[in-house]
Amino acid sequence: MRRTTRRLMRGLAVLSVLALGATACGGSDDDSSGQKPVSADDIQAALKKGGSVTVWAWEPTLKSVAADFQKKYPKVKINLVGERSGDKHYTALSNAISAKKGVPDVAQVEYFAMSQYALTKGLSDLTPFGADKLKSKYTPGPWNAVSEGKATYGLPMDSGPMALFYNKKVFDKYKIAVPTTWDEYVEAARKLHEADPKVFIAADAGDAGLTTSLLWQAGSRPYKVDGTKVSINFDDAGAKKYTATWQKLIDEKLVAPINGWTDDWYKGLGDGTIATLPSGAWMPANFETGVKNASGDWRAAPMPAWTKGDKASTENGGSALTVPALGKNKELAYAFVEYANSGDGVATRIKEGAFPATTAELQDNAFLNKEFPYFGGQKANEIFAESAANVASDWSYLPFQQYANSIFNDTVGKAYIGDTKLSAGLKSWQDASIKYGKEQGFTVD
Amino acid sequence: MSSSVTTASQPAPAQNSGGSKGVPRLRTRKGHVPGRPKRSVLLTVLTGLILLYTVVPLVWLVISATKTQEGLADSSGLWFSNDFALWDNISQTFSYHDGIFVRWLLNTLLYVVLGAGGATLLAILGGYALAKFTFPGKRAVFAVVIGAVAVPGTALAVPTFLMFSKMGLTDTPWAVIIPSLVSPFGLYLMWVFATEAIPNELMEAARIDGAGEIRTFFQVALPLLAPGTVTVLLFTTVATWNNYFLPLIMLKDPDWYPLTLGLDAWNNQAQTIGGDVIFNLVITGSLLTIIPLIAAFLLLQRFWQSGLAAGSVKE
Amino acid sequence: MTTLQPPAAAKRRPDRPPAKRDRRSWTGWGFIGPFVAVFALVFLAPIVYSIYLSLFRDQLIGGTTFVGLDNYTQALKDEQFWDSLARVALFLAVQVPIMLGIALLIALALDSGRLYGKDFFRIVIFLPYAVPAVVATLMWGFMYGTKYGLVGDINSAFDVTLPDPLSSDLVLASIGNIVTWEFIGYNMLIFYSALRVIPSSLYEAAEIDGAGQFRVISAIKLPAIRGALVIATIFSIIGSFQLFNEPAILRPLARNAITTDFTPNFYTYSLSFNGQQHNYSAAVAIIMGLITMVIAYVVQLRGMRKGA
Repeated sequence: MRRTTRRLMRGLAVLSVLALGATACGGSDDDSSGQKPVSADDIQAALKKGGSVTVWAWEPTLKSVAADFQKKYPKVKINLVGERSGDKHYTALSNAISAKKGVPDVAQVEYFAMSQYALTKGLSDLTPFGADKLKSKYTPGPWNAVSEGKATYGLPMDSGPMALFYNKKVFDKYKIAVPTTWDEYVEAARKLHEADPKVFIAADAGDAGLTTSLLWQAGSRPYKVDGTKVSINFDDAGAKKYTATWQKLIDEKLVAPINGWTDDWYKGLGDGTIATLPSGAWMPANFETGVKNASGDWRAAPMPAWTKGDKASTENGGSALTVPALGKNKELAYAFVEYANSGDGVATRIKEGAFPATTAELQDNAFLNKEFPYFGGQKANEIFAESAANVASDWSYLPFQQYANSIFNDTVGKAYIGDTKLSAGLKSWQDASIKYGKEQGFTVD
Repeated sequence: MSSSVTTASQPAPAQNSGGSKGVPRLRTRKGHVPGRPKRSVLLTVLTGLILLYTVVPLVWLVISATKTQEGLADSSGLWFSNDFALWDNISQTFSYHDGIFVRWLLNTLLYVVLGAGGATLLAILGGYALAKFTFPGKRAVFAVVIGAVAVPGTALAVPTFLMFSKMGLTDTPWAVIIPSLVSPFGLYLMWVFATEAIPNELMEAARIDGAGEIRTFFQVALPLLAPGTVTVLLFTTVATWNNYFLPLIMLKDPDWYPLTLGLDAWNNQAQTIGGDVIFNLVITGSLLTIIPLIAAFLLLQRFWQSGLAAGSVKE
Repeated sequence: MTTLQPPAAAKRRPDRPPAKRDRRSWTGWGFIGPFVAVFALVFLAPIVYSIYLSLFRDQLIGGTTFVGLDNYTQALKDEQFWDSLARVALFLAVQVPIMLGIALLIALALDSGRLYGKDFFRIVIFLPYAVPAVVATLMWGFMYGTKYGLVGDINSAFDVTLPDPLSSDLVLASIGNIVTWEFIGYNMLIFYSALRVIPSSLYEAAEIDGAGQFRVISAIKLPAIRGALVIATIFSIIGSFQLFNEPAILRPLARNAITTDFTPNFYTYSLSFNGQQHNYSAAVAIIMGLITMVIAYVVQLRGMRKGA
């Protein structure tokens, strides 16, 4: 027993040392500057030598891309880990980065979250690998999101130029024209709801992505970012246009209070009670798997305009593949990112339903002429490509957009349950974001 | 954190009697109320309402598991739809993504065997020590255990993650198993149980016969602790089987997910661009997840109920 | 951390000496050592680390600085924290009595011997305990749907409009319902087990006095299982204060009603994982732990003293 006891005490001592050891590593001082350029030859050499690349990404088409890549470079093993998306993905990524261990070699990051990881030096600058030379291949919106000054923090994987998806059957049934402006949209909403109180023009229970996208289209530029200097202001002309219109939809209960991506939402899209859906060009894939029973009912149309004749469009969603600063095998990682998002992988991904961010594919005839059986044979890509070309420029997200989006429903959400007005909700979102920005050491005004 | 008190209310039985010696057992009830009580229809109906409340969601689950993704949309929740797809759903659940569900099931079993099994073992040893020995710091031990349980686990997740990461344990089964090894409720139950179940005289006799502490424990104490052991094992099994939050933080690789995490991932798949919408498999998977536990409870009820009764001995 | 006494054990048995007073040695540690070691690793070390973290502030810009107790003073003035605490306090005040009350009534009904099919009741009511919180919440979430869930079915079947269980007015009650559903059977079993071992001698005395059913319940049964009631209450308090899984899993269905600071535990989670404010989150968690301990301790003191 004695000996056991002593061993036990020693064990406890080890444990407390471990705990303290963990403590001592609280700070962070990663430094990924001063990289030397990596030539194409270096990358080829690395590919010949082989190794493994861990990829954290939920994009389903990457499965085939990884298989093709391994076929082409048999010595490279792609380890695709992708059961999680959204918040849980970023939680895991941030945790791994702060633990400095288990960081993936390649990570999928949505455009809105890019600058946060770039700013905190979580991502490698891919300029030394020659990523900046690929700029001309991509549409401006996504490229804008992955680059900052001279640095390039990822290659765009897909993009989400927005379109208005609408249930043609419902519109035909009530003989209502598809709205081309947001004013017409409100009118259509009233008519539909009057004709059948169960039908709503859209489902919206407050979604940060949709609101920021609509603000973007309306010409509002609430976020101005210059390094660590940030300004947040939801009180411009564009935002006023948005709140005036959307407030009507909420006040008159014309939008169904259903949260996106839930069971009820999918069912509503399927049974005609949700008549339209403003969304990104990646949406068809979700329609096909999630709303099978409404195949043939839906069509795509250009986004309604804020002023008649204005063609300005906007983006929703979309993401890039990045190479985290603490990942290993950076040459291989970059080689895979390039293959998937600029090389042969693009064609594979388009074939499986992804919407590209590369101009060549967007202008390709085969792509544009593709008929979507789900949309009754409509050549929907024409509409999406047109939208992509008209995305309004100079939008930027906050360097802490992930946090800001997480509190969207705490603040703006109040307007959806009638506790306050949309403009007041945006104001309190602004205030909370400013408070957080200041706490995090940004200069905010 | 992961262990028994993260979910809402998880009470423990209480109180410990003085007096009675030997293994406490369920007392057969005879004659404590005048005559044999008359059965009451009213009381049965009232209790039946609560029964209905507990059963309706389970019935809903079973019925929903017989429906296809389309059937779920089209039919009422408490009745079957036209196409009976239960077997189809089950085979899809098992084959989806190259049979990952089976992998999750096996992972869960691994976590239960090592986590809940280990937790039970540690609880037996600890409870025995608290019940039968006086040692320096004894009073502090349980106070510290309860105190630590009161600190919200979610905030400890990051520190725990960072520590485990330093030790190279994250994204391995150990990150789930090690935290599961601590069951404060199990410790408490074994303490109360051991106090009652092991007569001091028996231990004295063994010692006089020259048995060492280890032999005394294995030959005298352990057999007497059997009913309590089954009870603790079942409760730690439930805790491990239901474990959600800590694995969520610790595991990235879906190959190590337990069932709860896997189902959650399937549910979230509907929120992913290009993701497959498989609510029907989420529902069928949920049903398949609870069946083994319910079966274990039913099959072993005699054992664990007597242990529980013993643990909650009157004053 | 020395507040809670060990269960009544140590306290109320002056008549019974510990097994071996003379063996006041380290032998006991040999047995409890493994538990304590793992406990130290998975509970104490993170707590110590959290306390350490809570003394710093880490910024996205500017890195880590030592701030002493600033995080604590900030937390004590943090309205979001107090609001979330008030919400779980309300939850505690309503849900716990309902859950334990129903559980107790069923236990008494089972124990009275007046039920038809007693064993059936006991087992079936206990079943939800075997359903993981994740599954229970997903399930109830589906059922709460006013359009296509069970609530929606009832609405269309009877042509009524039930209020939306996930609206901000009702969501707390809806979560309470899930928790109640999960734990009624469990608590019922705890009480029932305690009732089953009340010595016959007590009942015989009552029989002689000619006491009726309700008199027997109030004078014999309830006092006899007071210990079980107190412990069940304490664990329910801890459970309520740590409410997290149910709101977290339900949130995608009710983002506006379930805010990121819905419960204290949810708030620390959001601070930590959405905001990367690990240090402040640690301070809030430590305060919350202290509050929980104090309340649990007070309940135990009062519960044990009453009528003792």
